[in-house]
Amino acid sequence: MLDFVQQLVSGIALGCVYGLIALGFVLIYKATEVVNFAQGDLMMLGGFFAFTFIGMLGLNYWLGFAGAVIAMALFGMLAERVVVRPILGYPQFSIIMATIGLGYFLRSVVGMIWGTDDFKIETPFSDGVLRIGSLVLAYDKLSVIAATIILCALLYLFFNRTTLGTAMRASSENMLAAYYMGIPVKRVVSIVWAIAAAVATAAGVLLAPITFIHSNVGLVLGLKAFPAAVLGGFGSIPGAVVGGVLIGVIESMAGFYLPQGWKDVAPYIVLLVVLLLKPEGLFGVHMRKKV
Amino acid sequence: MRFLFKTDYEDDIKLFPHSGYVVSYGTLLAFLLIAPFVLSSYLVSQLVFVCIYATVGVGLMILTGFTGQASLGHAAFLAIGAYTAAYLQQFNVPFPVYFLAGGLLTGVVGALVGFPALRLTGIYLVIATISFGFIVEEVLARWESVTHGNEGMRVKTLSLFGQAVPQNGPAFYYLCLAVLILTIVGALNLLRSPTGRAFVAIRDSETAARSMGVNVSLYKVKSFAISAAITGLAGVLFAHKLSFISPEMFTLQLSIEFIIVILIGGAFSLHGAVLGAIFLVMIDPFLTYLKDDLPGIIAGIAATFGADSIAAGKIHDNVAAIASANGLKGAIYGVIIVLFVLFEPLGLYGRWLKIKLFFQLFPLYKRATFKRQKIYVKSERNR
Repeated sequence: MLDFVQQLVSGIALGCVYGLIALGFVLIYKATEVVNFAQGDLMMLGGFFAFTFIGMLGLNYWLGFAGAVIAMALFGMLAERVVVRPILGYPQFSIIMATIGLGYFLRSVVGMIWGTDDFKIETPFSDGVLRIGSLVLAYDKLSVIAATIILCALLYLFFNRTTLGTAMRASSENMLAAYYMGIPVKRVVSIVWAIAAAVATAAGVLLAPITFIHSNVGLVLGLKAFPAAVLGGFGSIPGAVVGGVLIGVIESMAGFYLPQGWKDVAPYIVLLVVLLLKPEGLFGVHMRKKV
Repeated sequence: MRFLFKTDYEDDIKLFPHSGYVVSYGTLLAFLLIAPFVLSSYLVSQLVFVCIYATVGVGLMILTGFTGQASLGHAAFLAIGAYTAAYLQQFNVPFPVYFLAGGLLTGVVGALVGFPALRLTGIYLVIATISFGFIVEEVLARWESVTHGNEGMRVKTLSLFGQAVPQNGPAFYYLCLAVLILTIVGALNLLRSPTGRAFVAIRDSETAARSMGVNVSLYKVKSFAISAAITGLAGVLFAHKLSFISPEMFTLQLSIEFIIVILIGGAFSLHGAVLGAIFLVMIDPFLTYLKDDLPGIIAGIAATFGADSIAAGKIHDNVAAIASANGLKGAIYGVIIVLFVLFEPLGLYGRWLKIKLFFQLFPLYKRATFKRQKIYVKSERNR
């Protein structure tokens, strides 16, 4: 039983990271109907920015965190401006390819600048553990869970309660109509990319104490975040996090109870089953086809 | 410009619409046949890879370019073909048998993948095929009694009708070339048959195709099966070329490379598959050249513009450091993909068509001829 709870918590913590990356997918998908295959790499780059600020320049953890988030938000806007904006409105496949290309580029440039070693970021809560009875929970895992809940709640409120959030949802429905209604669609898309990159950075920095930061971490985790996003329904913010947590738990349970090898495959098997039985996901909205 | 006068449907579907085709393709074929005697063995070896990648490209083009079903799982099909060859070879099965068995088995697996894919479109299909790729990769690593797991499998030298065909010799090159040409001719024939027309109809509008009486499910599964079978055949050759296969060769990275082949070559045409394969495979020799010669060239240019010898030496070292940095290939891939998507969405073959049309219509060529339409509503969902 204790093992089970222990596995559950570490699964949830890992799942929260998947959820945060999936959140980035969902944000961009919600606003622009673009799937950003480079989301994991944005997370990786954010982690490296934070590493540079905290580990190399010796800034305070929170200051470095904030610095990395702001830097990555700007980078997200830049990436949107250079790579995505010229091809908005073209078939989805072109945009998928463009973001795959962006991911390749980021991975290899990061590898060239920072090298291909593993890096660790020292955090104020790296070492402590919380003991409840005989249950031992590490603070770094709890911090991921807490941060995910806060971020998810903030973004949910932002999308459903603010004017800017409504504008984003409108431009996702129909960019042209939104533009006619006076919504500055270009700026909206650019802000969405900034938010997505910032969320990815938060994920990267929180992840750093658990699994180290290296240039391929984004690819590995980003691909695990796809099942999360699909499971939750590709357009739903709470869905992304719930899906992420489910995938994380499934993965860690499969690693513990099933023979070797299942751990890596289990999320994808779940994904295929979900796609077959309920392609719109747990929280998704079923889209009717118009002719 | 040449005006083709067509009087019946037979004229419309001719493989060689006019004599110019015979001349240009004949010249190309002649060059390819004498290539092993004039090119260095390294380049011939690269040409073999071009043939294999182009065969996969043709397979992927049928699925993605003509049926409109994106797939990022083709490395898995290649793996199934390669492993079938390696496995059957242990029992002294002759090459023609396991070559066809590899294609057949991969085709069956492709059809099995096609069934679940029927309900999926766009991004969901991409994600599902990625998952399929992962699952196959993991199965190959774990099913040790057949695949030897992560240790990989050694593939013996190919023997055809009692003759050994070493993977570096000209005979193997001719074999790959023959497979490629047969695949292309087969694909061309397929595409001018009712099946091929149905594929294109599904790509352009599923709803319209269905209302015209095309059995969309059947043709999608067919397209998956054919595409996978061609990839499986290429996989057999791939296994022989490398003479050693292991699961980590058939990763998502390879699937992405195949997509790059058809993206760079230009979707919607078989020429594109071949051009893309040439481009992708020839990046490697080009990068080697870059590493060796570029620093000297840049330093030389700097020297002509008045840099003194110390500055030129510094430039030489800096350029050399960048050109030989690890992972440069990845960055170049990334930049190339983005540049093609942004500026040359029709790929290399599209550029060739534009240049051709420019001279045919000179001076009346309009850029807008090839302009794509932008759609700002949820286009993919409504299709």
